[in-house]
Amino acid sequence: MSTAVAQKRGLGAVIWDYLTTVDHKKIAHLYLVSGGLFFLIGGLEAMIIRIQLMKPDNDFISAGLYNEMITMHGTTMIFLAAMPLIFAIMNAVVPLQIGARDVAFPFLNSLGFWLFLFGGLLLNVSWFTGGAPDAGWTNYAPLSTTSPGHGVDYYVMGLQISGAGTLIGGINFLVTIVNMRAPGMTYMRMPLFTWSVFVTSTLILFAFPALTVGLFLMMFDRMFGSAFFDVGLGGNAIIWEHLFWIFGHPEVYILILPLFGAFSDIFSTFSKKRLFGYSAMVFATVLIGFLGFMVWAHHMFTVGMGPIANSIFAVATMAIAVPTGIKIFNWLFTMWGGQIRMTAAMLWSIAFIPSFTIGGMTGVMLAAAAADFQYHDTYFVVGHFHYVIVGGVAFGLFASLHYWWPKMFGKVLNEKLGKLAFWPFFIGFHLTFFIQHFLGLMGMPRRYWVFLEGQGLATGNLISTIGAFLMAIGTIIFLINIVYTAVKEKKADADPWEHGRTLEWAIPSPPPHYNFVQTPLVRGLDPLWVEKMDGKEGMTPAEPLGDIHMPNASILPFTISLGTFIAGFGFIYQVDDPIWLIAVFAGMGLTLGSMLTRSLKDDLGHHIHKEELEEDIKKGVGK
Amino acid sequence: MRGWMGKFRSLFLFGALTMLLTGCGIENISALKPKGYGSELLFDLMLISIAIMIFVFVIVMAIYAFVLLRYREKKGQEHIVPKQTEGNKALEVIWTVIPIILLLVLAIPTVQATFDLADQSTQGDEGVLTVDVTGNQYWWQFDYADQEISTSQEIYIPTNERVYLNMKASDVIHSFWVPAIAGKMDTIPGENMNTMYLEAYEEGVYEGFCAELCGPSHSLMYFKVIAVSPEEFDQWVEDMQNIDPEATPETQTAQTGQELFNNNCMSCHAIGGASAGVGPNLGNFANREKIAGILQPSKENLVDWIVHPDEIKPGNQMPAELVSEEDAAKIADYLLELDHSDVGNDLEMQSVEE
Amino acid sequence: MSSEDVLNPKRMPHDPEKATLEGRNKFLGFWFFLGGETVLFASLFGTYLALNGSTQGENTPEHLFGLELVFIMTMLLLTSSLTSVYAMYHMKNHDFRKMQMWLGVTVLLGLCFLGMEVYEFYHYIHEYGFTFRSSAFGSAFYTLVGFHGGHVLFGLSWIVALMIRNQKRGLNLYNAPKFYIASLYWHFIDVVWVFIFTVVYLMGKVG
Repeated sequence: MSTAVAQKRGLGAVIWDYLTTVDHKKIAHLYLVSGGLFFLIGGLEAMIIRIQLMKPDNDFISAGLYNEMITMHGTTMIFLAAMPLIFAIMNAVVPLQIGARDVAFPFLNSLGFWLFLFGGLLLNVSWFTGGAPDAGWTNYAPLSTTSPGHGVDYYVMGLQISGAGTLIGGINFLVTIVNMRAPGMTYMRMPLFTWSVFVTSTLILFAFPALTVGLFLMMFDRMFGSAFFDVGLGGNAIIWEHLFWIFGHPEVYILILPLFGAFSDIFSTFSKKRLFGYSAMVFATVLIGFLGFMVWAHHMFTVGMGPIANSIFAVATMAIAVPTGIKIFNWLFTMWGGQIRMTAAMLWSIAFIPSFTIGGMTGVMLAAAAADFQYHDTYFVVGHFHYVIVGGVAFGLFASLHYWWPKMFGKVLNEKLGKLAFWPFFIGFHLTFFIQHFLGLMGMPRRYWVFLEGQGLATGNLISTIGAFLMAIGTIIFLINIVYTAVKEKKADADPWEHGRTLEWAIPSPPPHYNFVQTPLVRGLDPLWVEKMDGKEGMTPAEPLGDIHMPNASILPFTISLGTFIAGFGFIYQVDDPIWLIAVFAGMGLTLGSMLTRSLKDDLGHHIHKEELEEDIKKGVGK
Repeated sequence: MRGWMGKFRSLFLFGALTMLLTGCGIENISALKPKGYGSELLFDLMLISIAIMIFVFVIVMAIYAFVLLRYREKKGQEHIVPKQTEGNKALEVIWTVIPIILLLVLAIPTVQATFDLADQSTQGDEGVLTVDVTGNQYWWQFDYADQEISTSQEIYIPTNERVYLNMKASDVIHSFWVPAIAGKMDTIPGENMNTMYLEAYEEGVYEGFCAELCGPSHSLMYFKVIAVSPEEFDQWVEDMQNIDPEATPETQTAQTGQELFNNNCMSCHAIGGASAGVGPNLGNFANREKIAGILQPSKENLVDWIVHPDEIKPGNQMPAELVSEEDAAKIADYLLELDHSDVGNDLEMQSVEE
Repeated sequence: MSSEDVLNPKRMPHDPEKATLEGRNKFLGFWFFLGGETVLFASLFGTYLALNGSTQGENTPEHLFGLELVFIMTMLLLTSSLTSVYAMYHMKNHDFRKMQMWLGVTVLLGLCFLGMEVYEFYHYIHEYGFTFRSSAFGSAFYTLVGFHGGHVLFGLSWIVALMIRNQKRGLNLYNAPKFYIASLYWHFIDVVWVFIFTVVYLMGKVG
C-alpha cells in the first residue's frame, strides 16, 4: 500500500518522507544505501592501494597520498561501510523477528542514522579540503597529533559524530530486545540473529565510550593545546593505544557477531533443521562478547608491556578460540542430516566456514605473544584480519542481503546473478589475502607504500593485486543484480524461501509499516516453523484486532545531526581563524535547539484505526 | 626449551612444514629462514601453532566436505522434513574440551618464549654489549655508550653473543624489526624505554625494517644489522674510536668538500664521537651498504640525495637544495672517503632477480 | 490506549514513570546509557591516573588543592542528591507542587556547586598559572573535572527546562518518566563526583 502511495507522490515528498522517517524499515534502507556507497568508496581506495603495490618501487601514487588511502580505506570500511550495513540488517530484521511494531526509540533510531551519515560525510569531505587523515585507521599518537594539515581533525570530528550515532543505536536495540518482544518470545526462544544483535549492542554500549574519550583527548591535543600525548609536557602516547584498543577490540566482535547470528539463521533455514545446540550457541555468543573486552592489549604485544601482561593477554586471547570453535561445529552439525538447499545466501554462508576458520587459525597464531613479535604490523596481520572481516563480515553481509532482500524490498535477488557474483569474489578473496600471510613473514611490513626490488616480494604482491580485481568484478556483478532484480523480478511471497522459520516470514514482503496487524503469539523456538508443523497457515494472534499506536515522523533528528556537522567544521578551522567559532556556535545552537524542541514539544504519536486495518486485510496484508 | 622443540622438528609433520615454509623468502630478510636465537625460537613456536591449527582445520574440513556431499537436497525430495535435532551434550563437551587442551599445548611454549625473549638477566654484566637505539623520522641512531661511539643506519654486533638494545624514539613511534634474527619491538618517544636483545648465529648483513607507520617515508626506513665475529667486532670498535673528524682527506675536491660539509651540515650531522644529533652520524659513511637506507652507494646517488632529499624520502627533515650540485659533488667526494674500517666489507646482502 | 488516557492525572498509578511502555523504555534505556557513561568516566579516570604525576615539576596536586572548598562542594552535591530523592518521592505521591519545590532546591544546590567549581578553576588559573595547557597533569585534571562540570550544567538545564515546561499542566504519565530519568542522571553525576573527590582530591592531597 505504502509503495503505491509513494509512487503517486512526487520525488520531493519521497525525499521528505525519508528525511523525517522513524520507521525502522525505511531507516534500514537509508543505512543500506549510505553504507553501500561508502563500501564502494572504500573499495575504490583498496583498488588504488593494490595498484600501487602491483610491482616493486611503483610510483602510481605518492607516499603521502598512499598513507591517506590506507587510513581512509580502513576507517571507511569499518565505521562507514561494515557498521551501517550491519545496522541496516539489524533495523530491517530485529523488530520483525521479535514480533514488534517498531524499535523502542524510533526517534533515536533516526537520530543514530543521521549522526552516522553526517559523521561519514564530514570525514570524506577531507579529500577535497587539503588532504584526508594519514595516520592509519588506528591513528596512533604522536604521529596523529603532529600530522600537518587538517586531515586528522576530520578523522576526530567525523568519528566522534558517527560514533555517537552508533552508541545511540546500540542502546536502542538493547531496550527494543528487552522490552518489545511479543508474548511468548522468551529470551531462549529468540532467533540467533536477535541474540547476537543483543550481545553486539551491549558491546557497543561499553566499547564506544572509550573511543569517545580517546577522540576527545585527541581533539583537545590537536585543537586546544592540551598535552595528553605530548611527551614534551609529560604526556604519554600509549594512553591513546589503550583507549583505542579497549574500544577497537570489542569493535571486531561488534562487526562479526551479528553475522554469526545471521549465518545461524541461514544455515538453519536452508538445511530445513532447527539450529543444532541452540543454547550452546547463545552461550558461546555471550562468552565471545565477554572475552572480547579482556583481550585488547593483544594489539600491543610489541609496545613493551612486559612478559607478564603479554602472557595474560595471550592466554585470554587464545580462550576466545573455544567459543568460536563451538560455533563452527554447531553450524556443521546443523547441516548434518539436513536437506541443504544451495541458494546464493547459502553459498556465501558455506564459503564463510573455511574462510573464517583460516582467519581464526591465524588469530590463534597471532595470540602467541612472542610469535607476534614476528607477525605484528606485517602483511601477516593484514592477511589475518581481512580473512575475518571479509571472510566473515563481508561474506555475512552478502549472505544476509540475499536472505533478507525480499523482506526489505519485496523481491528475491536473482539467484543466477547472485551465484555469478559469488565466484569471482570468493576466488579473488583467497588470491588476494592468502598470499599476504607469507609476504608478511618474508619481510613485508604493513602500510608500506613501496617494497623494493630484490626482496622476493614481487610475485606475491602481483597475485594479491590480481585477486583484488576479481573481488571488484564480483562486487560489480552484485550491483548489476540489484538493478536487474528491481526491474525484472516478480514480487515475493511472505515466505519466499518456503522454509522460513522465524516471525519475519509470517508477514508480507515487504511488511506494512505497522509490521503486524495483530501481535503474534510465540509458542516456541522458530515460531513460524512450530505453526507450520501444526499445519497452520500463519501465526496465532496474541491480541484482538484493535487500533495500533505508531510514532510520528520528525525532521529533528536530521537537524540535530546537521548541527553537529556544521559545528564540526567550526571546531576544525577555529585553529586557523577564530571567526570559525561562529560555525561552532551556529551548529551547536541548531543541535541543542533541536534537542530542546524535542524535549519540550509533546510527541504522542498517532493511531492507525481498526477500520484502516480491516481495509488492509481485505487487500491481503493479513495473510 | 629449545631442546625439546628442536627434537619435535624432526617429526614428520614438522619436517614437512619446515621444508615448506623455509622455501619462502630470501636469506637474511625472511622470518622463515631464522638465523638468530630469537627468530629461531619464534619459528619453532610458529611451527607448533601451525601444526595444531592444521590439525583442527583438517577435522573441520572433513566434516564440512562430508556434510556438503551427503546432505544436499535432491530433486523430488523437497517435501522431506529432516529430524529437528536439538543438540548433543556429548558432542558439545568434546568440541569444548579438545580445543582447550590444544590451546594449552600452545599456551605453554608461548608463555615460555615470551619470558625468554624478555629476559634481561645478563644486561650490564661484564663484557655484555648494550646498544642504545633511537628511531627517528626516517633513520636509526645506534649509540654504543660504553664504547663511546655511535653509528647510524647500520648496527654492528658480534655473532653468538647477546646484544641488548635499549630502545626509544625521538619523534613518533617506530618499530625495530629484524625478521631473520629476532622479532620486533616498538621505539616510543618519552619515558617508555623498551629493551630487547639480538643474537645472530652467522656473520652477515641482515635487513631491518621500521614496522610502525611513522609518516610518508615509513616504507623507506630500512637499516642493516651487520653481524661479524667477536674479534672483528672489537677491531671495528677500535677503528670507530679512532675516527678523527679533523682528519684531512686525500684529494683536493674532498678537502673542499670537508670544508663545505663543516659549514653547511655539521649543525645536524656529526663525524665520529658519541653524539646523537638531529641528523645521522656519518663517521663511517663510506662503509655503509646503502645511502639513506635505500640507495645504492654511488657518487651520483649521493649527490642526488644531498640536493633533493625530499624527492627520495618524502617528509624527511633534511633541507632540500641547501647546497648547489657542484658543492654537493665535493661533499660527496669527502663523505665517500670516510672509510675507516675494513670490518664487514666482505659481507653482502643477498638479493634475487624477479 | 489513546492519548487522552495517557494524560489523565487522576488515574495515576503508583509508579507513574513505569506505567507506560514508553516510560519503561525510557527508564531501561537510560540505565543502559548510564552504563556507557560509566565507561566514559572510567576512561577519563584511567587517563587521569596515568598522568597525575606528569606535573613538569610545578603545580603538583598536593600544592594546588585545598580540601575545605572541595569538601563544601561535595556536601552541596550530596545534599542535592537527597533533595532530588524527595522530589521523586512526591512524584510517586502525585504531589506536583512539592516535587517542583524540591527540584527547585536541587537546582539551587547544583548552581552553588557549579559556581564554586568555576571559582576553583579561576583561582588555579590566576593564582597559580595552572592551566589546561601547563602540563599533561593540567590537561587531565581539567578534562576529568570539567567533563563532570559539563554534566552538572547539562543536568541543571535539563531539570529547569522540564520544570518550566510542565509548570502549568502538572504531572502526567507522559512527563513522569522524563522527571524520573532526569533525577537518575542527577544521582549519577553525584556518584561520579564522589569518585572525583576521592581519586583526585583526597588521593592528590595524601599521595
